[in-house]
Amino acid sequence: MQSEVMFAGFGGQGILMCGKLLAHTAMQVGYEVAWIPSYGPEMRGGTAYCTVVISDRPIGSPIIKNPAHLVAMNRPSLEKFAPVVKPGGVILVNESLIPVRSGREDVDEILVPATGIAKELGSVKAANIVALSAFVARSGIVDFEAMREAVREEFSGKEKFLPLNMAAIDAGRKSALEQPETETA
Amino acid sequence: MAKVLMKGNEAIGEAAIRAGCLNYFAYPITPQSEVAEYLARRMPEVNGVFLQGESEVAVGYMLFGAAGAGERVFTTSSSPGVSLMSEAISYIAGAQCPAVFVNIIRGGPGLGGILPSQGDYFQSVKGGGHGDYRMLVMAPASVQEAVEMVMTAFPLAEKYRNPVMILGDGLIGQMMEPVEFPEHLRSEPSKKDDWATNGMDTRKSATRNLVKSLYLDPEALNNHNLLLKSKYDRMKQEEVRYESYNAEGEYQALIVSYGTMSRVCRTAIDHLKEEGIEVGMIRPQTVFPFPEKAIHEAASKENCRVVLSIEMSMGQMVEDVERAVMGKRPVKWYGKCGGEVPTPEEIIEVVKEHL
Amino acid sequence: MGKTFQKPEALTDVHTHYCPGCTHGVIHRLVGEVIDELGIRGRTVGIAPVGCAVLAYNYFSCDFQEAAHGRAPAMATGIKRVRPDLMVFTYQGDGDLASIGMGEIIHAANRGEKFTAIFVNNAVYGMTGGQMAPTTMPGQRTTTSPLGRNTEETGMPIRVAELLSSLATEGYITRQTVIKPKFINRTKKALKKAFTYQMEGRCFSLVEVVSTCPTNWGMTPLDAIKWTEETLLPYFPLGDFKTPEEAEAVSANA
Repeated sequence: MQSEVMFAGFGGQGILMCGKLLAHTAMQVGYEVAWIPSYGPEMRGGTAYCTVVISDRPIGSPIIKNPAHLVAMNRPSLEKFAPVVKPGGVILVNESLIPVRSGREDVDEILVPATGIAKELGSVKAANIVALSAFVARSGIVDFEAMREAVREEFSGKEKFLPLNMAAIDAGRKSALEQPETETA
Repeated sequence: MAKVLMKGNEAIGEAAIRAGCLNYFAYPITPQSEVAEYLARRMPEVNGVFLQGESEVAVGYMLFGAAGAGERVFTTSSSPGVSLMSEAISYIAGAQCPAVFVNIIRGGPGLGGILPSQGDYFQSVKGGGHGDYRMLVMAPASVQEAVEMVMTAFPLAEKYRNPVMILGDGLIGQMMEPVEFPEHLRSEPSKKDDWATNGMDTRKSATRNLVKSLYLDPEALNNHNLLLKSKYDRMKQEEVRYESYNAEGEYQALIVSYGTMSRVCRTAIDHLKEEGIEVGMIRPQTVFPFPEKAIHEAASKENCRVVLSIEMSMGQMVEDVERAVMGKRPVKWYGKCGGEVPTPEEIIEVVKEHL
Repeated sequence: MGKTFQKPEALTDVHTHYCPGCTHGVIHRLVGEVIDELGIRGRTVGIAPVGCAVLAYNYFSCDFQEAAHGRAPAMATGIKRVRPDLMVFTYQGDGDLASIGMGEIIHAANRGEKFTAIFVNNAVYGMTGGQMAPTTMPGQRTTTSPLGRNTEETGMPIRVAELLSSLATEGYITRQTVIKPKFINRTKKALKKAFTYQMEGRCFSLVEVVSTCPTNWGMTPLDAIKWTEETLLPYFPLGDFKTPEEAEAVSANA
């Protein structure tokens, strides 16, 4: 089994780190993983995205045109990538910044006000962790507690950010689980 | 050691240190600048040398100087930078010094682009600089393999007293994958007292050593070139590396592909298998020396109707594939460049077209 | 009676290929004497240029590397960085150092690489047969400036010592000549100073030596000396342009 998750948003939203944390978690629990960034001029303020491939066997193509899931942190990302997500996947929409929907009926679309939640918790910088947590809780792609461990590890040495991000994890899961699952066609 | 998740570029830097190379000179260029950034931080921790040179031209000669003095040394760059270093590579090969170059290829020609490509196949395999020289060129298909190739590159460079190149592409540099650094690939630098300019006192010798590539006497230069050729011939005997995929049984088509491109082909081959179409693959791990014999034999299998060279370049490796197949089967090329990496779906289409 | 004059140990016992009246031989000897006097032959690495001194490695009895055209300072950097205990000198001409290798010498000097550059300036490309160099004088005839150097098209001769001394990094930059015994003695002193600074791990050093090229100037050796005195030296003044002591004084005043 192979699954691919695309994280997309503005440069500066912690998109790449979000993907890295998922990849790290998947590696820790024994999967083969690859984290593939977009690199280049789009890193500067434009759309940043990365794809995480998780598999139980060696990963072949790192070129993923149709990911299984999408975490969209801003509107251009949702508009650009929602159409290519495979049917049956999760599309997470950062509701705080995205006033539109994916328009897909064959996916599990969840609306998470990641930026708003993070702001309430104390810093919009934690929006990526809110989204990651919500996505992992909803998709079950990796063990939730393992993901929490990976985040904890990432912020070890940056102790003052730890409580914020731990709170972001709880808030993200809550937001994802309180929404009813979309009926997929 | 446990696996760690690392970006290819950073893993390459760490691999050199783990291999026992503590000297690095480089010039920033996308998409490999992370190697320099990583080593700027890491080298001082291990009492190593890190220096950002003023150009790739200068960096090439910093390597020449350091290698000539008998120390392990390496650099990383990307295509336009490697063009500039090619002058030094020719000198280093001519003067028979060991040094390791990593090329994280981007699209060309000229300034090209910054996305992955394999457009430097000719440059690295056929000689980007002047004169009759060759490099031993290894092409990794994963971050782990990049680590292992970097670690083996140093003893190989010393075995042949010749530059060794790791030919990666932007994706190998930018991708993160789990890696480990095999302890057994760490090696002690070889003794270089016979030829290096490490100082007569250092080697307790009364005779000086010369590191040079100048042979004004035609007979001497011819002999020198024959000596170099004998090393390249020996590489062909001893250093060919490749991996076969789905090539044990019968197949209708054979793919030859290397680096990132070969991973895309692997996925395509898996999908084709599900559809009942068997396709084998030979993935050169060394592109010089080229696995000619393996490709010839694989192409000669009874049911194999066509050989496809699939590259992120406009038909470079296909020339070597043709040479290896020697007319036994039709050889076709498919590829894209400039950052457009063919998808598994495209490869599947291409294979079907040729069956 | 023992020998009172002999070849420095740091030089090999072979005849050089240099032309009659050329000053390379004198400069080689001075470098050899300095290496002997400092007792550093066993840990010295020289770097030969591309130019007339391309075969310099045949004349010095220490380790030697041969560079590509202009790249000696980058090679010296490489050696010095990985083996700071070795004494490294480059030996370069004006085409090598001031034309094709200008980038390398400026950056090596600016990084304060702890090697010694010996820069032989004779205002012409020698080995390739007398073409115009960056240090060729206005109006000077060469094979690529047959009507004389036209400064409208090719600019003025580059004063390397002055140029390098303008860098803010500490260094020892001097210009000397070897056209007369008194100058020869001064050049030797300058070379010894340069090597000593290197031994102390102090700074980059460059000794420019204004030299003659009777062959490509189309002059007798004596006329060449006269021309150097009358034409080159007024444009390329002799003396120390920068010493590390000065830099210390400046920073003490600051």
